Amino acid sequence: MTALDLARLQFATTTIFHFLFVPLSIGLAFYVAVNQTLHYRTGKEVYARQVHFWGRLMLLSFAVGVVTGIIQEFQFGMNWSEYSRFVGDIFGAPLAMEALIAFFLESTFLGFWIFAKGRVSPKTHLTSIWLVSVGSILSAFFIIAANSWMQHPVGYKMVKGKPQLDDIWAVITNNTAIAAYIHVIMAAALTVSLVTIGVSAHHLRRDHQVDTFTTAIKVALPILVVGAIGSFLAGDQLARLLVKQQPMKMSAAEALFNTEAPAAFSIFATGDFTANPGHTNRNLKVPHVLSLLATRSLDGKVLGINQIQEQYVAKYGPGNYVPYVAVVYWSFRTMVYLFGAMALFALIGLILWRRGKLATSRRFQLIAIWMAITPFIVNTAGWVMTEVGRQPWIVQGLMLTRNANSPLVSTAQVAGTLIGFTLIFTVLGGVALWLFLREARKGVPDEPLTPDGADVPDLTLSY
Amino acid sequence: MHTVDYSFLQALWFILIAVLWIGFFVLEGFDFGVGMLLRRVGHTEADRRAILHAIGPMWDGNEVWLLTAGGATFAAFPLWYASMFSGFYLALFLVLVALIIRGVSFEFWGKDDRPRWRATWEWTMVIGSFLASLLFGVAWANIVKGVPINAQQNFTGSLFTLLNPYALLGGVTLVLLFISHGAIFLNMKTAGDLPERARGVARWASPAAAVAGIAFLVWTVINMNDRTGASVAVAIVGAITALLLATAAVSELVRRPAIAFAISTAAIAMLFVTLFVDLFPDVMPSSTSPAFNLTIANTSSSSTTLTIMAIVAAVMVPIVLAYTAWAYWVFRKRVSPEDFDLTTKNPFDLVGSGGTGAGPDAGGAPAG
Ligand code: HDD
Ligand code: HEM
Ligand code: HEM
Repeated sequence: MTALDLARLQFATTTIFHFLFVPLSIGLAFYVAVNQTLHYRTGKEVYARQVHFWGRLMLLSFAVGVVTGIIQEFQFGMNWSEYSRFVGDIFGAPLAMEALIAFFLESTFLGFWIFAKGRVSPKTHLTSIWLVSVGSILSAFFIIAANSWMQHPVGYKMVKGKPQLDDIWAVITNNTAIAAYIHVIMAAALTVSLVTIGVSAHHLRRDHQVDTFTTAIKVALPILVVGAIGSFLAGDQLARLLVKQQPMKMSAAEALFNTEAPAAFSIFATGDFTANPGHTNRNLKVPHVLSLLATRSLDGKVLGINQIQEQYVAKYGPGNYVPYVAVVYWSFRTMVYLFGAMALFALIGLILWRRGKLATSRRFQLIAIWMAITPFIVNTAGWVMTEVGRQPWIVQGLMLTRNANSPLVSTAQVAGTLIGFTLIFTVLGGVALWLFLREARKGVPDEPLTPDGADVPDLTLSY
Repeated sequence: MHTVDYSFLQALWFILIAVLWIGFFVLEGFDFGVGMLLRRVGHTEADRRAILHAIGPMWDGNEVWLLTAGGATFAAFPLWYASMFSGFYLALFLVLVALIIRGVSFEFWGKDDRPRWRATWEWTMVIGSFLASLLFGVAWANIVKGVPINAQQNFTGSLFTLLNPYALLGGVTLVLLFISHGAIFLNMKTAGDLPERARGVARWASPAAAVAGIAFLVWTVINMNDRTGASVAVAIVGAITALLLATAAVSELVRRPAIAFAISTAAIAMLFVTLFVDLFPDVMPSSTSPAFNLTIANTSSSSTTLTIMAIVAAVMVPIVLAYTAWAYWVFRKRVSPEDFDLTTKNPFDLVGSGGTGAGPDAGGAPAG
């Protein structure tokens, strides 16, 4: 492996690890804020218990999300110095804005929320958790705007061979960024709702604290429904943008090697084990559906990988412009199929709610526990599709990944840090998962909660 | 836009980035210091809990100053960001490791009450805080001194290039300064036995920091001869710093915690003001050839980016400062270990702190 390969592997490892926690933190901050609002409004004890229980899980998720986020901020310079030099004029701005506008807000008020309970009015305390939620939701926007610029560069002009910022508004309102942002936030909604439902189902199966955990599911189900509908609509929009902006990625995601009109949607395809097999061996298809999805007409034309490759050679010069087709194809399938499972699950949940069987249906509860894992798989799959599908470009059409890494950072150095980070992540991830499951299994305490206004540090949330 | 504006913007951004770094060192400086002193000043579990509570509400916000400094460098001087971060590769990796193990210890520490568990996360806190302080000192000393950089703006040295005596003195200075800063902070923010013990640390750490700091500054001024112009300013600023360092050492004896803390804050700030004044208009001089020096002019973004980011900063920085100040004010009260002895009797806390059986139904009475 070269330093480049290792740097790519390192980026993938650290970012995927970061993104296991991010949607959960974003989601849990929102979920806790909702419960705290319900408590504030209704005064019901059950919501206060939710805040305490899910708040602890949220803090665990944040702890790991924050420390792994710091790596992200550094590694553009460490491993991708040529990239940073090339795009810095545009790419740095959203990162700096993210810190100034979102991270300060989120971090300051997270600390505040943990420790200020009882020292400030309940209303101020409630406001602080909402500020954490707003901060985390905002921070996602800036990072997605930065990433979307790599997928679909806009608002720049070329000066001395480098992109220079021309229109910051165009960068911020990039249609790819808006669609991806909504999709990611909806993914966070799905993540938190499936996790809270799964944990609650674990307790309900044991008839443990039935009221509390039925309430938890009732707060989570609407979030699940909104997340499912929203992620579908935004995902569909993203896919259609891809057809225009990154047709190679979309065709790879469909294993569509040759142009079709009308184009069929592939359900299950096999191919040779090479990066670009050039054709599928077996391919189960539904006619017209891809045309419909991609072009909104039954017979629309969708370009194939082989044709796009020819176009790119003509446009950018000789080279291989095809990503790992199988990886892109299967990560997309994973996302879409598991989405189907989530949507179905949401539907069943709604029906059981209407029939008043959430607390008693053992089968639903068992499925719910397993469903809690799916958002993590889908989130990872979605990013693998996005990032691997963009290859060989690091910035679509402007810069190749192979020209982007740090020229004088040696293979040994990258290998060393890759091993180091991987070891730390394994330990950290293990400890965090163990603690998370242990906390989750403990359930909500039945003892009276420390009264609001008592000037005693709240040990259940703080360290 | 014309060039006058452009070089003004570049200078403005240099100053802003200096401010962000100084904010980081002043703020995170005390929580690094407190982290290093966790086991030294905290003898019982209640002590350590009180110590963690003293910095608990702030440390994460403090760390965002670093992220912002990094992000702002990327936005305003991308070529500096690229050279610095790829050049200091292994050093930064160690910084990241230090920040990671330290950051999670806050959250993990209280999640189990077995002594070994607690001790593990106390040590990661101590080591992480120490390593980060040391490495930041080493890194900044190297930036000021100059490192081998070639015509392509790439660092050509290795980790060992960075470990020269001057830089190591910088690292030691920062460690001592932060220990003293942290001790002075604990003296101000805690109650019970803790302030006395914190003063005990400050009594040796402040003078030691002053000695190291003055030696480091003298060396900095001697090194400076190759660059002109700013040297007088540096000497003056350096002198003020030295003075403050010395008074910080003495004022600790005055037993006015807030004043001691203010002086200690000023000492750290002035130390970095000296370094930044010395650096300007370079951002990372090259020890290979002055022709390859990275300067604000040859590393900056376009004037468009600088302008937009200046507007964002002008709007956001006051807002951030306002709510940060407010949050500090809310937590102005001293934290006492006694508070924690009391509440550990609270059954709710026993549930919270784990330990007793992790079975599915361990969490209290059946069916709520
Ligand atoms: C629970 C999470 C989840 C679910 C149910 C879905 N997605 Fe997704 N998807 C993501 C989570 C996600 C993600 C991890 O958040 C990604 C990665 C990059 C991004 O913007 O969002 C993503 C990326 C992503 C992309 C690539 C965007 C790009 O390359 O720029 C497309 C085309 C879709 N999605 C389409 C869909 C469709 C059509 C779905 C349903 C039918 C769907 N996603 C469900
Ligand atoms: C602002 C957000 C992001 C930026 C700027 C970004 C940028 C990059 C860069 C520079 C690389 C290395 C070059 C390459 O191989 O493509 C990369 C690769 C990768 N990134 Fe991202 N990324 C972002 C978000 C994410 C997220 C959130 C994930 C996943 C959770 C992710 C997953 C990956 C993967 C899997 C690769 C490896 C691709 C390959 O090796 O072919 N990225 N990305
Ligand atoms: C889609 C991709 C990403 C999203 C949506 C995202 C979002 C978030 C969120 C919400 C947090 C708060 C902590 C948490 O939730 O656990 C966070 C932490 C952080 N992220 Fe990411 N992130 C992504 C990828 C990246 C990348 C590529 C970078 C690199 C610049 C980055 C930099 C950071 C930093 C520096 C922190 C720590 C902030 C703090 O101290 O509060 N993230 N991220």
